[in-house]
Amino acid sequence: MSDHEYTPKSKVGKWFNDRLPILTLANHLTDYPTPKNLNYWWTFGGILTFCLITQIITGLTLAMHYIAHADMAFESVEKIMRDVNYGWLIRYIHANGASMFFLAVYIHIFRSLFYGSYKSPREIIWIIGIIIYLLMMASAFMGYVLPWGQMSFWGATVITNLFSAIPLVGEGIVTWLWGGYSVDNPTLTRFFTLHYLIPFLILGLVVLHIWALHVPGNNNPVGIDIKKPSKDTVPFHPYIVIKDAFALLMFMIVFAFFVFYAPNILGHADNYIEANPMVTPAHIVPEWYLLPFYAILRSIPDKLLGVLAMLFAIIILALLPWLDTSKIRSAVFRPLYKQFYWILLADVLILGYVGAMPAEGLYLLIARIATFYYFLHFLVILPVLGFKEKTLPIPLSITDPVLGGSPNLAIAKNRDSFDN
Amino acid sequence: MTDKKPERREFLFTASYVAGAVGVAAAVWPLVDQMNPDASVKALASTEVDISSVKPGNTITVLWRGKPVFIRRRTQEEISEAKSVKMEDLKHPEKDEDRAKDPEWLVMLGVCTHLGCVPLNDKGDYKGWFCPCHGSHYDTSGRIRKGPAPLNMEIPKYEFVDASTIKIG
Repeated sequence: MSDHEYTPKSKVGKWFNDRLPILTLANHLTDYPTPKNLNYWWTFGGILTFCLITQIITGLTLAMHYIAHADMAFESVEKIMRDVNYGWLIRYIHANGASMFFLAVYIHIFRSLFYGSYKSPREIIWIIGIIIYLLMMASAFMGYVLPWGQMSFWGATVITNLFSAIPLVGEGIVTWLWGGYSVDNPTLTRFFTLHYLIPFLILGLVVLHIWALHVPGNNNPVGIDIKKPSKDTVPFHPYIVIKDAFALLMFMIVFAFFVFYAPNILGHADNYIEANPMVTPAHIVPEWYLLPFYAILRSIPDKLLGVLAMLFAIIILALLPWLDTSKIRSAVFRPLYKQFYWILLADVLILGYVGAMPAEGLYLLIARIATFYYFLHFLVILPVLGFKEKTLPIPLSITDPVLGGSPNLAIAKNRDSFDN
Repeated sequence: MTDKKPERREFLFTASYVAGAVGVAAAVWPLVDQMNPDASVKALASTEVDISSVKPGNTITVLWRGKPVFIRRRTQEEISEAKSVKMEDLKHPEKDEDRAKDPEWLVMLGVCTHLGCVPLNDKGDYKGWFCPCHGSHYDTSGRIRKGPAPLNMEIPKYEFVDASTIKIG
């Protein structure tokens, strides 16, 4: 992948590298030419890797104390909180880590939406990313079931019952998922197994995600193709490494705030009540990161159509490289798209808010409008915009507008006003 | 002769793929089927309930196959209300006679047919049950009247063993 051949300096290194070229890989990763105009929105890839590793390490240590059995799970989690040395810390990092993971992934996704990072030639990176996102949701959902509290139990019941909407085979699938006639011990043990497995699948996909990224190289805020390596690029190490490290430290401050000062604020109090199959809590809500999709599910009065709309809301993201017909990547040069981008972001936040509210009255009406707009954005606005929108002229290189002396200087000067 | 050889080879390839696919499917099936309810879960298929202490207008909830079962001793008022509903008004038309063998006793799964929550007793617009999760209203016969649930609450297989005992399952 590197543009130059790499030869280790030492004899031993050369001997080893001829047999397993791992030093060539390390050299590729350090020298990897990166656009020099990357802003802080590009640091979330590194932050997400940190989140994944944190979840795996804290998860492994929690699994040493947790007991996956319907009669003992709740108690074993309380034991982790009260008796296990630093158990409270490890569990709070793991529980809040899931939220931090989703916070970072949403920023990462919306970064791609703004700068058109999903467009040719980066479609495969994007699709792998969406698969990772789906696996994250599955893993987070099953992880939430493990403490066997009331929200665990009823969340599991509601989500698995989504499959009963499938005609004919639905009920059979739900029984198969449960391993019984209701959510019970067999459900808990298999959820634990899958919750343990999925992070390693994600890890594998992350390798593919980065591999696919390193073929065309990073997109950048200007969104144009750049020569690599050239005056427009800097080596990944130390330039990007130090920037990523600084951003990670800032992120960890937010992370630590939740872990140490508000560890339960993102959870639900009902989950400190042990699961009871006889009583449903008055108000069931999923974790915050699933709320927009939950709102879409509830906004449609038909059971099957509601489930389909929710699934399609996620699948539609994978089709984005083909739904967005514009050749220009960065929203910086797309005055109309930029406005629709912010409307979409607001729409998703509104969906998240009404997803947490009871599905009635005004909330239901807002949820329906927001659901309609969500699909309108992807299925109508984006395809049409690519043909109708008058885009701004793009610079020839990322250096040109900064150095001046080119007709694109005007854009460089104007850019600030577009950003506002 | 030269034309025939590739055909033979292609046939062998296809036959090998098919045999391989059948072998893989046969190996995968036990791994899939192990997730279905096991023998011990199936063995707990029935339960007997003493109903002698239930007063008219009261509901008891018992656990059967991990799910709550409502056993309600209905009042005359509730029975006549359930019987007077016109079939055209029902989303899932079922006569009350078909749902309650003995009109005084309504035995049904206390599971909302939308997404499986447990509805609340004596709540909702139809004086029957109300599901707090997504707002489904059921009448005094446990039939869906309003909200996202597609079907009436399910009636399990049950029988009166004697005057004071019901066997569910």
